Amino acid sequence: MDGFLSTPVGILAITLAQTLALLVPVLMGVAYLTLAERKVLAAMQMRKGPNVVGPFGLLQPFADALKMLMKETIVPSGANRYLFLFAPMLTFMLAMLAWAVIPVNEGWAIADINVGILYLFAISSLGVYGIIIAGWASNSKYAFLGALRSAAQMVSYEVSMGFVIVTVLMCVGSLNLTAIVKAQETVWFFLPLFPMFIIFFISTLAETNRAPFDLPEGESELVAGFFVEYSSMSFALFFLGEYANMILMSALTTILFLGGWLPPINAEPFTWIPGPIWFALKIALCLFTFIWVRATFPRYRYDQLMRLGWKVFLPFSLLWLVLTAAVLKLTGWLPA
Amino acid sequence: MIAALAFYLFAAILIASAVMVVTARNPVHSVLFLILAFFNAAALFLIAGAEFLAMILVIVYVGAVAVLFLFVVMMLDIDFARLREGFQRYAPFGAVVGGILFLELVLVLGSWSFADTADDLRLSPNPGASVTNAEALGRILYTDYVYLFQASGLILLVAMIGAIVLTLRDRPGTRRQNVSAQVARSGSISLEKVPVGAGVKELGIRRPPEPEPEKPKVAHGAGHGQGHGGHH
Repeated sequence: MDGFLSTPVGILAITLAQTLALLVPVLMGVAYLTLAERKVLAAMQMRKGPNVVGPFGLLQPFADALKMLMKETIVPSGANRYLFLFAPMLTFMLAMLAWAVIPVNEGWAIADINVGILYLFAISSLGVYGIIIAGWASNSKYAFLGALRSAAQMVSYEVSMGFVIVTVLMCVGSLNLTAIVKAQETVWFFLPLFPMFIIFFISTLAETNRAPFDLPEGESELVAGFFVEYSSMSFALFFLGEYANMILMSALTTILFLGGWLPPINAEPFTWIPGPIWFALKIALCLFTFIWVRATFPRYRYDQLMRLGWKVFLPFSLLWLVLTAAVLKLTGWLPA
Repeated sequence: MIAALAFYLFAAILIASAVMVVTARNPVHSVLFLILAFFNAAALFLIAGAEFLAMILVIVYVGAVAVLFLFVVMMLDIDFARLREGFQRYAPFGAVVGGILFLELVLVLGSWSFADTADDLRLSPNPGASVTNAEALGRILYTDYVYLFQASGLILLVAMIGAIVLTLRDRPGTRRQNVSAQVARSGSISLEKVPVGAGVKELGIRRPPEPEPEKPKVAHGAGHGQGHGGHH
């Protein structure tokens, strides 16, 4: 058996098994995130939410998925057929692809690469293509406007996200995600870098096109924005991609600021709970905040969104980066 | 063996997509093929062991530059018939310019020779197994070449300022939002704590004061319980 596992075919089989072991829980998480969002929103608005399909509405995601599968895929007559169908696949693919480097526990990453954080940043910056291609290929003015908005928004907020990541990297001294989590064994980074934590969280809201930055799909002026022409499974792929991206961004926030799989206190009752459970709990906390924000804040106006990104977050994160560098250098805490 | 196969696969796709960039009829398709070319170049970097460069290539070129490029190309309203109109007329000039460039390249490459030590340096982006790619780059970039690095940064800054100066117009009569003034304004908004079910009429907040109703109040909840619906 050992001999087989070290052959190329064996390595391929192991990687496939690992991928399934990671992606199946992620997809289940996506399914139940849609339900959780509706339930939490309902509770915040004093409603009941979905409660008919299955006990407490627990089978609602599957009913929704079945409904999506049964519907007809419509390709608009003026659309660019290949790109139109490629865009949702790309969005979904990228949302899944990024999970390859996420360490769920110590040594539990499918690919524990040296430049893990750069890989994640690269994949998340590619997410804009799914949207911009969808908007262009639909041959519809609403879709195109939504795509343009989204492209400008995501590129803008990526800049300050980059600075936040660089600040964290300076405190770690490595681009490896496992090393980033291990560097937080004494204190989670959200405490010393609290303003950057807030900026990062708000930037992830903009990056995933969530409320209050959901202008690309602003239904009051753009009908549904970039996916207005999509139906059936192609729409479902966008939907799944958006929620998978939410979970991914929460995972990234957890790794960068909330100590990944580490327990809050490295002592007896907390260490009984295994790392992946801590990781999932922290992701769930971030996701709850995503939904909470959606229920609380009205949508930003577009010029205000741009102002926040370029005139507030960018100078502030740059300043904090220089400040962090100075403090690390002067106190001699700079990691070797 | 697998690495060689992967190299030829990525290199072939890279060249094919680079050709498609030039020959594609639709400029949006051209940009998309350019992005594919970037990806394959990143893959080649990965095979060579330059993982940092590969990721930076994807982040900077695919994630930012090509997005803006695509953005502009999609906004252009291109008339393909007019674009192809003068092809016959301009083809000889293009051929002459291309030929001269090709000759120059041949002349340069003809006198090219590799240094003796080049073979040892080939495909070794890391100075040692324990030093990662990014660290190795940083050690060179921020020590030996720090002035050049800063100079290139300054050049980029000047270019950016130039672009801003070229496009900045101060149009008279635009009303800008002053967020800090709005946030600092006080007195016009107040927060009142209202007992649940009592309504705001008794506190005197509602203006102008309504005349007293003649008929006695009907059910208590009917008058105040409304106004919460309508929002999904």
